[in-house]
Amino acid sequence: MSGRSLRTLSIASVVAMAIYLGLVFFYAPIEAEEGFLQKIFYLHVPLAIVSLAGFVIGGLMAIAHLRTREARWDLRSYVTIHMSLIFGLGALITGSIWARGSWGHWWVWSEPTLVSFLIVMLLYATYQPLRFSIEDPDRQARYASVFAIVAGAFVPMSFLAVRLSTAYLHPRVLGSSSNLPGPMQLTFVVAMAAIGLLFATMCSYELAAKRTRILVKSRSRILGYR
Amino acid sequence: MSLLPAAIPVIPATAVPPNTGDGYVAGAYIVFFLIVLVYVAIMALRLTRLERNVRELRTRGEGLRPEEPRAQAQPTRESAQESEQERTTA
Repeated sequence: MSGRSLRTLSIASVVAMAIYLGLVFFYAPIEAEEGFLQKIFYLHVPLAIVSLAGFVIGGLMAIAHLRTREARWDLRSYVTIHMSLIFGLGALITGSIWARGSWGHWWVWSEPTLVSFLIVMLLYATYQPLRFSIEDPDRQARYASVFAIVAGAFVPMSFLAVRLSTAYLHPRVLGSSSNLPGPMQLTFVVAMAAIGLLFATMCSYELAAKRTRILVKSRSRILGYR
Repeated sequence: MSLLPAAIPVIPATAVPPNTGDGYVAGAYIVFFLIVLVYVAIMALRLTRLERNVRELRTRGEGLRPEEPRAQAQPTRESAQESEQERTTA
């Protein structure tokens, strides 16, 4: 991605974030039961959805890497998973804060959505140690891709398993059971777009930085430097 | 008529919230922006390191480059004779 595209993407994500925060705090109505606390919903849910989507996209990029053997797909898959982990950590922390305010506990082990998300996060927490424990770059990329595909397939399965489970303590926001009023739904859609855009921007910066570092390293090697 | 099922009971955004969970809301949003801020700080550090590496590479590259133009600017005696021959044959 060129410098101009990166700048455009950055400006777009800053504008989207400003609109998103404006809608959350000045437009979206306050829920009668949970009150102001419900505003965490517009942060926690998009963070969780974007991070889960990032894990799946990372898996798809890993498939592209194994099919084409092109290193750029492995790099993209790695960066997407890396960023998803950061967003997932944000979802875990904000969810925990919401749970404390709403249920009086930082964590509820009997809640399938929370536990399944934690399992997904712990699974992906092993991605980087696995990746960097292999020295040979080709093998490293190949093994990391296999992991990303298997773990990426696990994400929708765990999502479905939670959906099918009977305990519905966690609020449902997507699907036919969604009962958000219009302004709340609009705010949620904008929140999803803003967080998604931020994710894409951060991925692009990370990719650009990694590519430049690889380029500098190869030039240094050519010049016999370091 | 709304296409949505029975809506969640709400009150206007400007009204005083009934349940004061504002501390938790502030905490959640601050945590999120702190995560982004930490990421930006790490990126800035990386960029500084990368800039230093590029600068070192450039100074090293500049140290190597002047030899090539000098070699072209000062032709050897053989190359001068060759060019003289070329000129005479032409």
